[in-house]
Formats: sequence, structure tokens, C-alpha cells
Amino acid sequence: MIPTIRLQRERFDVADEIAALTRGRTDIGAVVTFTGICRADEGGEPIAALNLEHYPEMAEAEIGRHVDMARSRWPLLGATVIHRYGRIAPGEDIVLVVTASSHREAAFAAAEFLMDYLKTRAPFWKQVEKESGKSWVEAKTADDKAADRWTSS
Amino acid sequence: MKVRYFAWVRERVGKAEEEIDPPPDIATVGEFVAWLAQRGEGYAHAFENPKVVRSAIDKTHVPANARIKGASEIAFFPPMTGG
Repeated sequence: MIPTIRLQRERFDVADEIAALTRGRTDIGAVVTFTGICRADEGGEPIAALNLEHYPEMAEAEIGRHVDMARSRWPLLGATVIHRYGRIAPGEDIVLVVTASSHREAAFAAAEFLMDYLKTRAPFWKQVEKESGKSWVEAKTADDKAADRWTSS
Repeated sequence: MKVRYFAWVRERVGKAEEEIDPPPDIATVGEFVAWLAQRGEGYAHAFENPKVVRSAIDKTHVPANARIKGASEIAFFPPMTGG
């Protein structure tokens, strides 16, 4: 299985990505997708947009390492990770994870694993644009805990 | 060695990247950070709380005690907030 990893400024189409992953395959019995979407508020204040900065070469390498880790833990038949960067308006998609397997357990678990690691290990940084100015989003300890549970069990 | 900065570390330092040849007695990432912090106001501000700043050597996360010998690129950035 060759995973698809893309970092892009442009929007993506979830249905197209599922179709690309499953086209011509009859061994895949389960596809799970997670889409992260830009909300219109941050800490109770309305936001105009998110600006996503990233470290391109490392982001690609780091996501690739985590897809490999997921493949060593679950019998995946396909995986797609797309992460956008640049300016993203409320309501627009930010990130997509698609996992495919013969049964749903592996697809669900691998998608959750990948998202937990993307949140805490992939070199992306969100800056919010509000009327009061621009500010960097602070990392959440809840996200660290979510990622940690995969190593502590 | 290429040094890269991201997000608020980049803003505080005032540049995205630069070439630096650290003094030979600097062995670890932590020592390099302490040395960088003395280079000026922006650097001091960026590294005022070194425990918060994350590091990567050649595109891989590393702890503060990692050795910098042989590194071609070292990056400093805040905790990640992607996804």
C-alpha cells in the first residue's frame, strides 16, 4: 500500500479522495474519514480566518512516519492524509484523514491515531485573525493526552 | 548549519532562517539554545522559556540533550497546533 500525503493551499474534495483510494479495489471493506473544519470562533470571540504556517519538508516526513506507524499497528489497505496551509476561512476544511481496511475496527483506530499525532507532532501552527488582531493558537494539553494514550497502553 | 524558525519563534527572532556556525564547545541543542538567546533582544525573547520551544534536527523531533554534531538543519518552533 502506498499512502497519499499532500500538503496544499487548495481545498480538497472528500468524495474524490475516497474514490481515489477505493477505485478498482474489492478487498476494502471499510473506509473511515475525518475532516477537520475551521470554526468561526476561538475562545468565544469571532474569527475572520486561520493562517496556517508549516515546515513543509518536516511535515511531509513526520506524517509519513506516522502513517508507517499506523500501518505497523493495523492491517491498513490504504491511507490518505491531506493538510492545508495558508489562509483558511471559517467553514472551510483544514485537514483530511482517510483510512481503509477490510474491517472497520482497524480503519477507525488508525484514523484516530493519525489525527491525535497530527495534532501534536506534525509541524503546523495556527494563527487566528480576529478584529482585535492576530494571535497564535496555544497547544492544548488535552491533545497531548490524546496522543499519549497510544503509547501508554 | 542552516537554522530555521517557525511561528512566534520566527516572529520574535525576526527572520525565518539563517546560516550559523556554532562555536565548537556547543554540543547539544540545549546549549545551542542558551547560546542563541544571548545573540540579541529578539533571540532572548524567543528563547526566554526554553522548555516551551521545540526542536528538530534534519526534520526529526529531538530533545534538548540531542547532539548537534553533523546536523545540516536545525529548527526551533512552538508546540504544534495543526490538525
